[in-house]
Amino acid sequence: MKELVPVLVGLPLGAAFLVAILAHVRGGARLTGALATLAVAANLALGIGLWAAAAGQDQPGAKSAVWTVWAGRWDGQTELDQATGQQRTRPIGIQLVWDGLSRFMVIVVSFVAFAVIVFSGAYMRRFTTVWLFHTLFLLMTGAMIGVVLAGDLFNLYVFIEVAAMASYGLVAFGTEREELEAAFKYLVLGVVASSFILVGIAILYSLTGQLNMARVAAALGELGTSPAVLLAAGCLLGGLALKAAMVPFHSWLPDAHPSAPAPISAMLSGLLIKTVGVYAIARLVFGVLGVHAVYANVLIALGVSSMVVGMLLALGQWDLKRLLAYSSISQAGYMILALGVAASLLPHNRALAGLCAFGALFHLFNHAAFKSLLFLCSGSIEQATGTRQLREMGGLVRRMPVTGWCCRIGALSIAGVPPFNGFFSKIIIIVALALAGRVVLCGIAAAVAVGTLLMYVKVQRYALDGQPGPRVAAARESHWAMGAGMAILAAVCLLAGVALSVGPLKEHLLGPAGEALLGGAKLASGVAMGGGQ
Amino acid sequence: MGIAIYMLTFLLLLIGVYALVAKKNLVRIIMGIAILEYAVNLLLVLVGYRRDGTPPILPRGQTAAELAARAVDPLPQALVLTSIVIGLSVTALAVALAVRLYDKYGTFDMNDIRNLRG
Repeated sequence: MKELVPVLVGLPLGAAFLVAILAHVRGGARLTGALATLAVAANLALGIGLWAAAAGQDQPGAKSAVWTVWAGRWDGQTELDQATGQQRTRPIGIQLVWDGLSRFMVIVVSFVAFAVIVFSGAYMRRFTTVWLFHTLFLLMTGAMIGVVLAGDLFNLYVFIEVAAMASYGLVAFGTEREELEAAFKYLVLGVVASSFILVGIAILYSLTGQLNMARVAAALGELGTSPAVLLAAGCLLGGLALKAAMVPFHSWLPDAHPSAPAPISAMLSGLLIKTVGVYAIARLVFGVLGVHAVYANVLIALGVSSMVVGMLLALGQWDLKRLLAYSSISQAGYMILALGVAASLLPHNRALAGLCAFGALFHLFNHAAFKSLLFLCSGSIEQATGTRQLREMGGLVRRMPVTGWCCRIGALSIAGVPPFNGFFSKIIIIVALALAGRVVLCGIAAAVAVGTLLMYVKVQRYALDGQPGPRVAAARESHWAMGAGMAILAAVCLLAGVALSVGPLKEHLLGPAGEALLGGAKLASGVAMGGGQ
Repeated sequence: MGIAIYMLTFLLLLIGVYALVAKKNLVRIIMGIAILEYAVNLLLVLVGYRRDGTPPILPRGQTAAELAARAVDPLPQALVLTSIVIGLSVTALAVALAVRLYDKYGTFDMNDIRNLRG
């Protein structure tokens, strides 16, 4: 089964090129949407199949199954270790890792991508050259899956760049004034971020002579936190925080995300800032750099500032998509804060650190579902009413029942109202902070949750309830395919809260993800030394 | 040499970042992107450099251990090739965006291209 893991990356990337070819065949341009949908659906099915196969190998109560695949079977040469006189394998190839964390992330990415591509089938009809959209969409999806599977640092960087480049193109997709301006600013800051990531990787390579994450981690364990390691970590964390739009590196996000077409806003806010931002930060801190108080404090500071500043800026917005974009900064702050506290707790209280990591990953999943849902709703509303301004809306639930109710479910989820999924992950994070004795952080997290609630009460009050304004009175419900895309995500928001916090999905999806994250360096190094199982 | 070459690379990096952050002309910003990418590529090559090193190709009659003691590290050179290709595509995309922006606004000046609030 494990030979199929590279297909998860290859299928979307291959389909991206097929779409470009198909578009130039006579009569083929109309079929690109179907091909893209098929490819994403097949990838989702393959991801679930591989997850089930790997979960079947999990030993109950022990560490989850880890599969590693060497690209091109370059699994390294067996050589005689001069010091110990033993045979050992030296990893020289590119490694893909299918552990608890990456299989969780693959399922999140392919699932949201599937809902978004279903929605965009009808939504993208108003644009010309839609095949370009499908090509870039598949490139971005494939690259994000590559990011979460990457087992070596340079491979991680390459996939981050491919995903980022596709996203620059997609932000500019409308090619109107604002889209182009936002895309250019986004590109400039993206280049700065990736340059610093590459500088960090170069320093780590010069220190350790390795690029494989597990090998770098093992070598860094001996170096500790020397100034050179701290410089490398600063470059890497700074670059990734810029990619994740953590405050104070957030200024590009509220321009870039709302300027893209709605399905792409959903992908950028729901997935991209999490895979190339939160996931990569988590993987590097826990799996490569090693858990040190310095990194934990940096993460906590970034998380708290993002939560508070993002929430305050979002409260003042009247443009629906800008409000959602600022709110993404604030919600990503929750994840980074919980990860930072998990890192600070890991050396002395593993159980509580596990709870924090569990809350962070649970919130990552939930945020991917409800923020994508809200952006899709904003697209549906914008298409029907021609406006993004909350003051010009009103009474949408009556005119557009499907969009309106999906939007309400999304708003209640992100506001943290039980029984929707946002409530569960926020309460887990807040309780974990309280148990850890971090009273101030706990208070801030609770206060930001109240602010978020206010923000989405405002959205519901102005957009969904009240008397229909002149623009809304003429609005009609959107195409059924858009409704279907939103309904899939709304169903997840409704069910995931309970489904993921108890039962088999917790045992095999979220639980192993948290374990793999905390196990980090040790687990992965065991695998890399042994060359996989 | 030694540390000085690293300092010069770092200076080049700072020049690139300065151009990206402080310059308002799209063409100058794109030049900043190019400088920044060259600085990073240079750093990568320097990581594998060795004074008086030989090319990492095994000549006839030499053992691998002898070569490893004298050759430069080939891996960063492979990485730099990938990095150059990525840099090329990013620069091409930036130029394409600048051309489209010029079509819309009739200027390369970022001060006049300011519809978004940031």
